[in-house]
Amino acid sequence: MIDKLAKAEDPRHEQLVDEPIVVAYFLLALGYLALSMLAGLLMATQLVHWNPLNGIELLSPGRWRMIHTNVVAYGFLANAFLGALHWSVPRLVLKPVLDRRLSWFILVAWQVVLLCTFFGIVFGPTLQANIAALERLPFSLGAQGIEWGETPTWIDPLALAGLLLVAVNFMGPIVRTKGPMYVSAWYFIAAFVWTFLTYAMGNFLPQYWLAGTSAGAVGGLFIHDLVGLFVTPLGWGLVYYFVPILLQKPIWSHGLSLVGFWGLAFFYPLNGIHHFLYTPIPMFLQYGAIISTIAVEMVVTTVIVNFFATIWGSGRQLITNLPVRWFYTGMVFYGLTCLQCAMQTTLTFQALIHFTDWVVGHAHMVMFGVFSLWLLGIMTYLFPRLWRTEWYSKELLEYHYWLSSVGLLVMAADLILLGPFQGYYWASLQPWEVSVDGSQPFWMLRVFAGLAMLAGQLCFFYNIYMTWRRSRAQGVPVSTGTQQAPPAEVAPQA
Amino acid sequence: MFESKSGVFLIAGLGFFAFAFLSNALVPALMYRDLPEKTTAQLVEENSNLMYQFENLANRYPEQFEKYYGEVTEEKCAEALELGRRTYVSEACWHCHSQFVRPVSREEDRWGPVSRTEEYQNVLQRPVMFGTRRIGPDLSREGGRRGNDWHAVHFFQPTMVSTGSPMPAYPWFFDGSPDKPNKRGIALITYVQWLGSWLESYPYYEDFKPIPLPEEIKESIEKEAEESQES
Repeated sequence: MIDKLAKAEDPRHEQLVDEPIVVAYFLLALGYLALSMLAGLLMATQLVHWNPLNGIELLSPGRWRMIHTNVVAYGFLANAFLGALHWSVPRLVLKPVLDRRLSWFILVAWQVVLLCTFFGIVFGPTLQANIAALERLPFSLGAQGIEWGETPTWIDPLALAGLLLVAVNFMGPIVRTKGPMYVSAWYFIAAFVWTFLTYAMGNFLPQYWLAGTSAGAVGGLFIHDLVGLFVTPLGWGLVYYFVPILLQKPIWSHGLSLVGFWGLAFFYPLNGIHHFLYTPIPMFLQYGAIISTIAVEMVVTTVIVNFFATIWGSGRQLITNLPVRWFYTGMVFYGLTCLQCAMQTTLTFQALIHFTDWVVGHAHMVMFGVFSLWLLGIMTYLFPRLWRTEWYSKELLEYHYWLSSVGLLVMAADLILLGPFQGYYWASLQPWEVSVDGSQPFWMLRVFAGLAMLAGQLCFFYNIYMTWRRSRAQGVPVSTGTQQAPPAEVAPQA
Repeated sequence: MFESKSGVFLIAGLGFFAFAFLSNALVPALMYRDLPEKTTAQLVEENSNLMYQFENLANRYPEQFEKYYGEVTEEKCAEALELGRRTYVSEACWHCHSQFVRPVSREEDRWGPVSRTEEYQNVLQRPVMFGTRRIGPDLSREGGRRGNDWHAVHFFQPTMVSTGSPMPAYPWFFDGSPDKPNKRGIALITYVQWLGSWLESYPYYEDFKPIPLPEEIKESIEKEAEESQES
């Protein structure tokens, strides 16, 4: 679609994009990002004995650790993805979403899901212990025992319904488009199907039907698919959409795009069990997961080659064009994290680094270093277009970029380096305290790296606020995706 | 086909997901379908290790136990186990403590026997509590290694019995002081004492001695000590 020359009869931006919902999703996403970072900070200070709030039930670092991961996945990433999809899907297929009222209903419903998750994890156990009527409930009001799926069991069905509505709302315009689709649309279609199936599988099967080792296998699939089949395809779909627009040239090789998508689609879902190597899960399944993981690394290499070949010759844009820099920084981290993954999934590495902070460093590099950087890049690109004004401060944008990316680099490197230390402390059979004491300097550095990342976001928030004030002062028009086409001489927004 | 809506939807979206699900989730589920999943009542039944600990809690904290559980019965013990697991999950204990012993990295020497599938075929492992991170030690063989008093004080304020521990304090498992565990406190201690209670190697805590260090490690430690004395 993207390389098709615009025709006069094509619908205009004003008929396609509901701008207020994009803004609403982005602002909500950033609010959740701040909440998640504060939750991470609480846990980080606890580890180095700097937590002044230790011993307060509602601020228990354990509960807030689950807030940290769940809010970043379902609060920040999901909201930011939905905002970016409301911009890019209609412009990609030249049709508005199925129903604008449905879009707003989903937005509200999803925030209800998030608030319930927050409320359940933080307040659930307390309420249930203190109110007799709630104590008798046959289920827990608090967190569910599934990593990345701690959303309480009682909110899971609503969350699943929300995911179905999201798929319907975006698949509506996609289904009515004829002929072969552009790369982004492949990733989006697959992501809508996979996210729904993954959520259903991970939250219901190990809770109601399976126990023990087979539940562990499903749990592994869920942890992995949530990153691989929800976050990754949406992220790549958006990058395939925005990078050619920003660089004003097509993706280097369509063939490699095909290899990348189909390779990822086949191998990624087969990886899950690599989270539980050396468990009682049958060994042949563990070997299968390891081999598929290494295959994913090969596929990822083709995608990264494709993107770096695309920017070849336009390298200066990395300096001058900030969104391009965000995207390509994220891609470097993606390459690193996948390379790391291909190593750490081997049994040799697992024996040493499983259960250590190596994995925590890896997780931060994926979730923040890749997908959050991409989404922050998209926001950097879109806010001025949504509000039709320049950024309030280019300098603050640079601070945001450097504090986020360097902060993340320090945090990830620090934790990944700590992993082998912990692994060797344990393997040498020294007392447990030795590994905890030995981790202290690394954990302290991690607190400061996290504070740098948080400071970067504060720069961004202030910049957004001032940009919004400026756009309000200028009184700019808003596109809701339902207007008539403007007169022909008014060019649509780039 | 590779660029069309239906191709992506049917082959990649549904097909590949289903293939992965069949091979990675259904295969283990079918392999273990003949292993019966035990109920909590079955786990408590004839588990003298666990009942010993539960009775010990009743003796140590008679008023608190009477108030929250009444008598020492298998039903009450099952109730405490279930609440204990619920608390273990909702307080995120399992994000810092794993529950499986691997056959590598000398874990057998540190924790005890390597984990086996049968150990996990019960409702208290639904969803399974393998865990993915060890900030604190593995707990799958923790039961019986320490007394109930130790656990009570440790939950109240970990640093009182474990210097330098980064574990948060859980004063809300108590009615004001470490000798007054409340319903959740008694439940969580019961749950921790249950872990490993099905094994032959379950220790009586006053007799518990850590597994002796392997010879070559002992030798190397002695050698190091000698060398440091010499220098």
